[in-house]
Amino acid sequence: MAEPTGPTDSHWPLWEVFTQGNVGEPFEHAGSLHATDAEHALQNARDVYARRGEAMNLWVVPSTAITASAPSDAGPFFDPGNDKAYRHPQFYKAPRGIRVF
Amino acid sequence: MATLRGSRLYSLLHMTTTIRQLPADDPAQVAAFEALIAAGESIEPKDWMPARYRSQLTRMMSQHAHSEVVGMLPEGNWITRAPSLRRKQSLIAKVQDEAGHGLYIYCGTETLGVDRFDLFNQLLDGTAKYSSIFNYPTLSWADMGVIGWLVDGAAIVNQTVLAKTSYGPYARAMVRICKEENFHKRQGYEICTVLANGTPAQRAMLQDAVDRFWWPSLMMFGPSDTNSLNSGELLRWKVKRKTNDELRQRFVNLTIPQAQALGITVPDPDLRFDPETKNWVFGEIDWSEFQQVISGNGPCNRERLEARRKAHDDGQWVREAASAHAAKRARKTEAA
Repeated sequence: MAEPTGPTDSHWPLWEVFTQGNVGEPFEHAGSLHATDAEHALQNARDVYARRGEAMNLWVVPSTAITASAPSDAGPFFDPGNDKAYRHPQFYKAPRGIRVF
Repeated sequence: MATLRGSRLYSLLHMTTTIRQLPADDPAQVAAFEALIAAGESIEPKDWMPARYRSQLTRMMSQHAHSEVVGMLPEGNWITRAPSLRRKQSLIAKVQDEAGHGLYIYCGTETLGVDRFDLFNQLLDGTAKYSSIFNYPTLSWADMGVIGWLVDGAAIVNQTVLAKTSYGPYARAMVRICKEENFHKRQGYEICTVLANGTPAQRAMLQDAVDRFWWPSLMMFGPSDTNSLNSGELLRWKVKRKTNDELRQRFVNLTIPQAQALGITVPDPDLRFDPETKNWVFGEIDWSEFQQVISGNGPCNRERLEARRKAHDDGQWVREAASAHAAKRARKTEAA
């Protein structure tokens, strides 16, 4: 068996792929892939994640460029948004019989 | 280093050390993890997980990815001999899908902190396992129909449940794959339908293919629950949602009416419908054959790995060229 030598594709940079299904829709994370550079990543992303018209547009982002929140700190980190019931419509009472919505 | 990494010894060493070095998990963290699973939450790459969960998923997902990649070979074999342009383009599209499925799942394994290079080497040096079904030869055109119908059909039954697996990246890859597998199954069943309505020779060819692929398809669901070493833990952690035997039964129940519609039989004299359970009860599987094929002694194990190694080696210049091209472009951008 030939020994794997030289550049191997899994040691190329990792890219995260985002697809937009239709114009106006948000971009969604589709998956990741390895590619030598941005253009190569875009071409591979088309072949891997858009073989059936799943995407109108593609983004490829170097995985290392993404900063993510840490699951272990999720509690305190999202806390400011979790205890403010008054930011939801259900917090407010409307008189009986009146349709506000 | 390249030589050592590529060697069988390295992989063996690597695998054993991985197993031995599993650190003891903190009981409090395990309890929190199991509470998340019990609440039906999905586990994401950055979440804490028991070392054993990580290693079991790595094992399952890499075997799954290898199966997709090796699965290209039996069908690739028939691309040049497809009977019409329509069939040929379907087959090419299907084989390309399998490559894509392999990539989705390899990418999933990388979120567990594994290097795809190492997994690939384990496949190429023969230490990794992949689905036993791909070690059977594809002898006639009817095999292309029967593989789409039975093998992809079995894969759909398995993967539909895996789409609800507790590990997020694996589940998402499965959702994507299931959508595409439906095309695989339907194009296979269409081939079978045409042959079933064809000449006596075509019907005989179809029956022969079903006779050869029926039992190996049932074996795709893995060992019986009584002999499945990994099942208990995987079910508890909701990596698996149904047992091997439950999935196998579901597949048989779905498939027998499809076989009847084609007017062909499956090679099982014990097959009968149980009106009480509404199950198609099938005969005993030859587990010695399964063990033989899984441990490398199937009809095509050696041929498949040789073809895979050749494809990998033949692709080396493409990888080198892509790297060289990117380096050259980077230099140009710097200079400008």
